[in-house]
Amino acid sequence: MGRQFLDLLERHGYDFFTGVPCSSFEGVTRLLDDEPRYGYVSAVREDSAIGLAAGAYLGGRQPVVLMQNSGLGVSVNAIVSLNQIYDIPALIVVSWRGRDGRDAPEHLVMGRVTEPFLQLLEMPFQVFDPASIETQLASLTATMRRTRRPVALVVPKGILDR
Amino acid sequence: MTRADAVARVAAALPRDTLAVACNGMIGRELYTRADAPTRFYMIGSMGLAASIGLGLALVQPSRAVAVFDGDGNVLMNLGTIASVAAAGPGNFHHVVFDNAAHGSTGYQRTISDRVPLEAVARGAGYRRCVRVATDAELDQALISWFDAPGPSMLLVAVDRGNVPGIGRVELSPTEITTRFRAACTSS
Repeated sequence: MGRQFLDLLERHGYDFFTGVPCSSFEGVTRLLDDEPRYGYVSAVREDSAIGLAAGAYLGGRQPVVLMQNSGLGVSVNAIVSLNQIYDIPALIVVSWRGRDGRDAPEHLVMGRVTEPFLQLLEMPFQVFDPASIETQLASLTATMRRTRRPVALVVPKGILDR
Repeated sequence: MTRADAVARVAAALPRDTLAVACNGMIGRELYTRADAPTRFYMIGSMGLAASIGLGLALVQPSRAVAVFDGDGNVLMNLGTIASVAAAGPGNFHHVVFDNAAHGSTGYQRTISDRVPLEAVARGAGYRRCVRVATDAELDQALISWFDAPGPSMLLVAVDRGNVPGIGRVELSPTEITTRFRAACTSS
């Protein structure tokens, strides 16, 4: 699914990739890392990835930021005091560790609050559904372009792992 | 040397069409007051991210020089970005750090850059050129062709504490800054 997902992103105009890895999209990150044409920038922190993506947007690109949901916490100030006030869009692909309370202890709290957390940040999001991802991504991308704000695609385990 | 004068001297030395990202706080306000241009992006929040924004910009605009006007507090807040810059190694990335060893916008609480020389950190990480200057003469000497030579570079300018009078706020709204800057990036 990783290859199809990246192809889909490119078909929707995404042309800058950065982020911090998560095992939930390990396969995608491996492709991004292995193929220089993506120009993937492996960031040291999720808020730095948000900044990198903002710079790429200012320079004319349409960026994607990949991160674990733990990284949402790291990214809050970047999202609210950079992207959301400067009208700088990005697609944030965020894993959903700790969903349904089944995960390592460090993921349980963030897993439980991931959806309300995104709502609190006023960030439109969809939960990745392999059966309708094409429609989901079209809709998210349209919202992102119209509002010029970040949107999120939340990725549960088992979809992009390999 | 005052920070506002140092900012103005560096701005005057930028080659035409250089894209500049200014960190939040007084540095961006000084750049705006002394040398505003559509090719300047002024941050008002997201402290610590100026170099990240500059790096993303430098990677997608490889034919243009990118200068990041940064402060010691900002660099320290996201020190890992120095490693990202060094690892990516864009030749058009130039980091100019105005270092007063203090958080000048919040009341001059001290930082730790008096004990951790940031240009040595950048050198150790792998920036190509790193120089510290502390006087007008040293700054002017360093600025001769500074932005024409390949980066990543760090020019650390040790400046006095204190704010000079007459520095206003950036009068553009954040969205106006984005629109203007993105047009300047993508129009030529």
